Order: sequence, then structure tokens, then C-alpha cells
Amino acid sequence: MYAQMVKSTGHGVKTRDEMTPEERAFQDRIDRGDKIEPKDWMPDGYRQTLIRQIGQHAHSEIVGQLPEGNWITRAPTLERKAILLAKVQDEAGHGLYLYCAAETLGVSRDELTEMLLDGRMKYSSIFNYPTLNWADIGAVGWLVDGAAIMNQVPLQRTSYGPYARAMVRICKEESFHQRQGYDAIRKMAEGTPEQHRMAQDALNRFWCPSLMMFGPSDKDSIHSAQSMAWKIKINTNDELRQKFVDQTVPQAEYLGLTVPDPDLTWNEDRGHYDFSEPDWSEFFEVIKGNGPCNTDRMAARNKAWNDGKWVRDGLLAHGEKKRARAKARQVAAE
Amino acid sequence: MKTEWPLWEVFIRGQHGLSHRHVGSLHAPDAEMAIKNARDVYTRRNEGVSIWVVEANNIAASSPSDKGPLYEPSESKIYRHPTFFDIPDDVGAM
Repeated sequence: MYAQMVKSTGHGVKTRDEMTPEERAFQDRIDRGDKIEPKDWMPDGYRQTLIRQIGQHAHSEIVGQLPEGNWITRAPTLERKAILLAKVQDEAGHGLYLYCAAETLGVSRDELTEMLLDGRMKYSSIFNYPTLNWADIGAVGWLVDGAAIMNQVPLQRTSYGPYARAMVRICKEESFHQRQGYDAIRKMAEGTPEQHRMAQDALNRFWCPSLMMFGPSDKDSIHSAQSMAWKIKINTNDELRQKFVDQTVPQAEYLGLTVPDPDLTWNEDRGHYDFSEPDWSEFFEVIKGNGPCNTDRMAARNKAWNDGKWVRDGLLAHGEKKRARAKARQVAAE
Repeated sequence: MKTEWPLWEVFIRGQHGLSHRHVGSLHAPDAEMAIKNARDVYTRRNEGVSIWVVEANNIAASSPSDKGPLYEPSESKIYRHPTFFDIPDDVGAM
């Protein structure tokens, strides 16, 4: 999931008796399947949880450009380069759709950016892993975007209208991302023995971090329980992770690649694959800022923001000057 | 107070001669840049043939609490729909 461990109110879900009349009417709307729109009344906890979730989702799209952007200039062919460029541009677009959705809740774009830059807001743990070679770019599209789709498809039905609509647009484009990734890694898996070895190596390194994208089990989390009651989270982390494994294992088999999990077996009774949990202590270290690339990623974002300041300021000054001139012309004409 | 680029709402006319439709919003310093940005953000896959942008603070909107007074009166006027009227089969299509 692009939003991991999003905190909600922390109080657990209120019973109907504990709710105020407004809260009860609001919960009834959610239960009926109504979409909540920006100007509608909503509990403050709903608003704050959404800002955290959508903000983290948006930041993930933006920071997610960095590991792939790294390979645009080194793509193996012009066609692959054009495709990767289009994909990375989409990620910027996805970030923008999501920032716009978050802004309808009363937070500004610059506030969101500043919260990312000073570490008050997080982005997905997955983008703190390096992309070491071209096979990794295939693995990222196939696995990382594949995991993202698992999470984003149900979010198209989320209760907050602007978030749901952003998800519809994103899901349409995300499918291209996953397919181009699978296509790139397939080329390598079916290539020379050395290329095949690189594809296997990429799968080995990205498998566990991809499973971690869904976050640790949240079956006992009060935060998730509240988010699910408000329909801003539709499935549990474990449900989505299982779905991802079930979908991905046959895709790896087709490529002749081995999923790096000795305990992976098909469980006939459950109708699902059994698999090993990733190392959650690694996940918590990455979230805390100690992953392989956390420092680089934040340095790159801070540099882009600081280096771009004169452009933002200059264009704003130019826009204001044009507005002032237009107004003066209007006054002169009257 | 910090000033941010103003927020613009973006409307796109699709391929098939339909009206401009609201697709989302973006920040830009002026209208010209808003159209350029809208082209990059909202038409990467042939979604449109024409773009309108309007500064968000120029939009007036109805309030959610007015839903009742505004829209309920039309609920009882079912005769405004053609299906209200029974036309004998013998008359043919109408």
C-alpha cells in the first residue's frame, strides 16, 4: 500500500450511543454508500485521517519518481526510455491528483510539501530501496505497481468523493505501469543467462519490500478499524497481501523465476498460497528513516524544493504583475 | 503570510463534441500557465480537445444544507418526465 500505518483517532470506533447526532447521521451516510463531498459536514477525525492518508499517498507518488528517474538516461533502448519517461511523468500526475484531493480538506499544497520535507509526513517504505540495474526497473513496475494496484482498485469505492475520483484516474493509468514493468523483466528473464540471472536477482531483492508495502498485519489495529468503519480503508493489510501473492506467484512461474521464499506453498484447503512474513524489524527501521536510501530521497526532494524556489517566486511575481496590469487597463477603460 | 500559486479548476472537452467537464484542479501562477499545466496533467492520453481553467475562488457553489429546498420540489413533479403519460400501443412510437 502506498499509505502505511496511517493513524486515525486512536480511540477506537465509537458505538452509536457514544456518537453525537451529527456523527450518527454521518455514519449513516457512509453506511448507505453516500459519497462525502468537501463542503459536507464531517467529523474532525475523518478529516484529519484522510489528510494523513491522502497526503502520504501523494508523497509516495512523488518520491516514487526518484528510483525510476535514476534510469531514464540509462534505459537500454530509445523505446524503453520513452516508456519510462511517460511512466515517471504519470507518477507526478498521480501525486498532483492526490494533492488536489487532500487540499479540498483544508490543507494547502505547500503545507503538505513542507510536512514531507521536515519529516512530519511519511511516504511508502518501498521507495527507500535502490534501483541498482535495469532489471530492477522491470521489477519495480511489475511488483511495486502491482502491489499499488491491489490497494488502489478498492479505494475507487472509498467514501470521500475527491479521493475516490482521483483513484479512478490513477487506476486507469496504473495498469500501463505494471504491464510495462512485466514486459521489461520478461525480456530479461527470456534473454541471455546473464540477463536471466539479473531478473532473478531483482525479484530476490524486491520481493520482501513489496510484501511490506501493505504494512504489518492490522487485524487488531484500532486505527484501521476506524478507517474501515469510515470506508477510507476497504480491506485489511493481510487480505491485500494475500491477494498480491496469489496473483504474482504464477506470473513469476511464467517467467521461469523463483520467488525467494522456501516456505511458499499452495494451500489446497485455503485456496491460497502460504508464504513467509517479511522481516518486520527491517520495515520499522526503514519507516524510522534507516533504510538504504532514506537520506538520499529526502535530500533530493529538499534540493528540488529549494532550487525551485526562485522559479516559483518569479512566476508568482510575473502573474501578479499581469493581473495588476489587466486591472489597471480595466479601470482606465471605465 | 506565505503566498502560494492560486488554485485553478480545470474543465476539458472530450473528443466527441460533449460539454467541457470538470476533471480536477491544479496550482499555477496565471491562466496561461494553468492551461499549460492542465495539458500536462489532464490530457496525457488524448482525453481532450479543449481546456477551460477558472480560478477556484471565482466559483460560487450551492451549499450542501440547501439540498432540500433546492431539489426536493422537483421530486413531486413526475409529470415532467415523458414516461408519466400512457400512450396507447395502437398510436405507435412517440
